[in-house]
Amino acid sequence: MSKLHNKKGIVLGIASLCAALLAPMAIAQDDVFAEYRAMMGDENPAIFTIEEGQDLWETPMGPNNVSLEQCDLGLGPGVVDGALAQLPRYFEDAKAVQDVEARLIYCMETLQGRDAIDVLVKPYSQTGDQGTELEALVAFIADSSMDAVVDVPQGHPEEQKMYKKGEEIFYYRAGPHDFSCATCHSQTDKRIRLQALPNLTTNEGAGMAFTSWPAYRISEGLLRTMGWRMQSCGRQQRLPQFQSGSDAVIALQMFMGVNAKGAVMAAPGLKR
Amino acid sequence: MAGRIRVRASLKGDMCEVKALMRHPMETGMRKDPQGNQIPAHFITEVVAKVGDRVVMQAHWGAAVSQNPFLGFEFSGAKAGDEVAISYVDNKGETGAGSAKIK
Repeated sequence: MSKLHNKKGIVLGIASLCAALLAPMAIAQDDVFAEYRAMMGDENPAIFTIEEGQDLWETPMGPNNVSLEQCDLGLGPGVVDGALAQLPRYFEDAKAVQDVEARLIYCMETLQGRDAIDVLVKPYSQTGDQGTELEALVAFIADSSMDAVVDVPQGHPEEQKMYKKGEEIFYYRAGPHDFSCATCHSQTDKRIRLQALPNLTTNEGAGMAFTSWPAYRISEGLLRTMGWRMQSCGRQQRLPQFQSGSDAVIALQMFMGVNAKGAVMAAPGLKR
Repeated sequence: MAGRIRVRASLKGDMCEVKALMRHPMETGMRKDPQGNQIPAHFITEVVAKVGDRVVMQAHWGAAVSQNPFLGFEFSGAKAGDEVAISYVDNKGETGAGSAKIK
């Protein structure tokens, strides 16, 4: 025993040194952000975006000079509380399955009489921006849906179709890297660099992902929406750019949202 | 939409703990937008916290502070009900302010 120990002493020494260096690094990610969140307490810079979103929600705009307050997010006209936990869903008036971004744009067009292109030309903030109208509105709706239980409906055939489509896109390998969403998001306890990757095929993983967007990204100093997250994932896969409120993005959210059934909304949170 | 500061102040023993969250882009002047144009510098240069006329904290800031800065500090000699007022001035001369009663 002791001989073996002596022989391997140096090797073991190096190995344990490496382990000592690596172990805290692997844990550090969670600890640093837990520490960061603890330091921030209840404060989250998303609060500014939420307040701006509420102002935008209540301010009359567009040719019709009305606010979005009568916008039906699925729970009836003007009902914001808990709405995000039940989106995407099928809307009879639009004859389509819509997510929160698509629905907001629909309301801007139908209620306010605005041209959607004004919003769609830049739905998400770029470097140097302080947030877009769409981001602010989503932040406000998310904040009003805090603690609501995820229950994305599957009653309508169109909703079931959307789920199937989402599942298909999720597993569809494409692009120069032959990547699918599933490449990163269908195994448990995996990470990319130091970021934990949720397994979106499980209830727990999908729940974690679905309930945590929109979120304030510390690294960008901006609030980001689920639509942006999808677009960013698509970019990382080198796919053609996902558009805000497009069917592909809605389908993927439908797939994730239905898989996340029963999880509790916790957005907007703080993220890396 | 710069200009807002959210302030919370609470007594911890004989010290008052202040937490302030500011809405500010804090542009360094070194970044470029997606079109490649330089984004002009825009950052807070001075922060002052007062209770009444008494300055309890003063800080000189620069471009190294993050967007939407979060500031925490403690000071002594405060009592519950006092109002802590925090204000900033940035390099463009724009100001922001916010206040809270000490709990």
